[in-house]
Amino acid sequence: MVLIIVTLALKKSTGLQWILSGLTVGSIYALMAMGFSVIFSSTRVINFAQGEFSMLGGMLMYTFSNRAGIPALYSFILSVLIVTLIGAGFERLVIHPLKKPSVITIILITIGLSIFFRAAAKWIWGTDTLAIAPFSGDKPFKLLGATLVPQSLWIFGFTLLTVVLMFIFFNRTILGKGMRAAAENPEAATLVGVSPPATSLVAWTIAAALGASAGIIIAPIKFVSFDVGVMLGLKGFASAILGGLGYAPGAVVGGLSLGVLETIVAGVFPSGYKDAVAFLVLVIVLLLRPQGILGRQEKLE
Amino acid sequence: MSGHRSTRILAFTTCLLMFLSFFFGGCGKKEDEPVTPTKEPYKVGAVLSISGPNAPLGTPEQRAIRLFEKEINAKGGINGHPLEVIIEDDESDPAKASTAVTKLITQMNVLAVVGSSGTGTTLAMSPIVEREQVPLVSCAAGAQITNPINKWVFRTPPTDTMALQKVLEYLKNTVKVTKVAVLHDANAFGTGGADALQAQAPNYGIQVIARESYGSTDTDMTGQLTKIKQTAAQALVVWGTNPGPAVVAQNMKQLGITIPYVGSHGIANKKFIELAGSAADGVVFPAGRLLIPSSIPKNSAWRKAVDRFAAAYKKEYQLEIDTFAAHGYDAIAMVAEAIKKAGPDRAKIRDEIEKLKGFVGIDGVYNYSPTNHDGLTADDLIMIKIVNGKWTEEKS
Repeated sequence: MVLIIVTLALKKSTGLQWILSGLTVGSIYALMAMGFSVIFSSTRVINFAQGEFSMLGGMLMYTFSNRAGIPALYSFILSVLIVTLIGAGFERLVIHPLKKPSVITIILITIGLSIFFRAAAKWIWGTDTLAIAPFSGDKPFKLLGATLVPQSLWIFGFTLLTVVLMFIFFNRTILGKGMRAAAENPEAATLVGVSPPATSLVAWTIAAALGASAGIIIAPIKFVSFDVGVMLGLKGFASAILGGLGYAPGAVVGGLSLGVLETIVAGVFPSGYKDAVAFLVLVIVLLLRPQGILGRQEKLE
Repeated sequence: MSGHRSTRILAFTTCLLMFLSFFFGGCGKKEDEPVTPTKEPYKVGAVLSISGPNAPLGTPEQRAIRLFEKEINAKGGINGHPLEVIIEDDESDPAKASTAVTKLITQMNVLAVVGSSGTGTTLAMSPIVEREQVPLVSCAAGAQITNPINKWVFRTPPTDTMALQKVLEYLKNTVKVTKVAVLHDANAFGTGGADALQAQAPNYGIQVIARESYGSTDTDMTGQLTKIKQTAAQALVVWGTNPGPAVVAQNMKQLGITIPYVGSHGIANKKFIELAGSAADGVVFPAGRLLIPSSIPKNSAWRKAVDRFAAAYKKEYQLEIDTFAAHGYDAIAMVAEAIKKAGPDRAKIRDEIEKLKGFVGIDGVYNYSPTNHDGLTADDLIMIKIVNGKWTEEKS
């Protein structure tokens, strides 16, 4: 925040460009971070295959729209549907059958899953980087003296929509509240009629759908290849931790901060230090506020 | 109970995967069986980056090598001996490249080795072939591979230094600028290129007034470009491989930066145009002449070789040739030529490669000597400009 104000004060127009570009990148991270949050807040598991859901979404979108020639909207729905089924199917076939699994076991399984998805994608689509056409053209437009491409607006809009829906779901609906309860105390939640296995399925379904849609919306800017999920997952995970794991607004704050920070650092300092500075800030924030910027202290036990 | 069930699922999945890999692995091998030659096969090894970040290089190289193997064996092999190429995948990892080359030399007893696709993987193999005294023909462009010269190591592609020389000549003579900015990938290829550019630019009366970098997987370079926009740079040199340079092209269009974009030979592929879309227009980069065959004198042996190779490659794989296919094809072709003259003797094969003069390949006409293991010169390159999504020769 301080950095943003200082930058703005120093160089008005370039500062704005950096912030708007950073917000675009940050929204991508925020979407990834929310995927982590959904599963974490209802099962206490970190799903390391979250980035691969996005990769699969982007790859399927490419196949349907660029190869099969299906209209973009239908391709979008079809791709998200398939990845959602994969996510839900994975939960039912692999995680559900484990009786009393420890959190660590499931985390290790998700790492295995991510490797499997990458290998499968490489086998199906090859190693080439693929491009998807922007949803509404690539003609840049001016905004407050900075320029943006139309796809950025799609990303902003989708991020906003997602965070609002997530917030309503987890704070205003019985199912959402039940899911949070199931994570905090499975036994007590069962007693009041919440079924932890069911909440786990819902969480994986939402995370897969969210991951796939995010992967498709960012593909025109980011491109897609079989290994794109690794970096997306890493930055998304960092954002989730930075903002406060398991809390949707926290994921957004974390993602946007990381994105803006990276872009400003790349513009101000020799750009090779970009990732180093971004992760250094992450370490400092976590030393000062282990629960993340917006995270609340765990009150377990 | 549940433990058993999950074990069963795991075991089943493993079996399924093993079955699949045998099935598909088996398919690929069959067609390589030699037909006519009857004598004991001559074995040549190839270490290529078929997976990992360098896969876009290693894959076409593998295709070209298999094509050559098929062609030469259909014509009776080398002096009646079938050529057998054993290909190992180094996964773009230097450690795996050194394991693979050791295996090829000590267990498979190959006469010579082709590869690897990348500079790092080749450098890992270099001391091993020197120790084992086996000739190596690399398909990688890094200057360090032949500078200093390793007696046993040769290469086919034009070097990064030659590409850079071409770019600087173009900036000086055609664009006529004196101040440029450099934006490069932070990996070995990009950093090496930018270092060399900074070192050599003064020889051409060009000043590098800004230097920025980006990570190979970055999605947004507007931060770096905004900074460059404020400098007095008259042209931007971008040194990297896909997809980074495509993002730079798009971001430049977004920010309305209109100074000329000069790329590296790392974007000498149709992929760049596909990724950057309309933002690719106007981008200029150095590349082998084979990409625009009409730039090679008509009726020359080189032109005929390129046309023939392009047709054969298209027939076999339904694909257009690219520079990497050419690097692989030339490497295996010159090894075969040397074996033909020297017979199955590693040291003599090395001597014959070093003696090759006027050897017509796809990348160019090769001339090796004890003091030159590069074979090609900067004249084998041209500058290509992207106009309406198509490559056109840019006269310089």
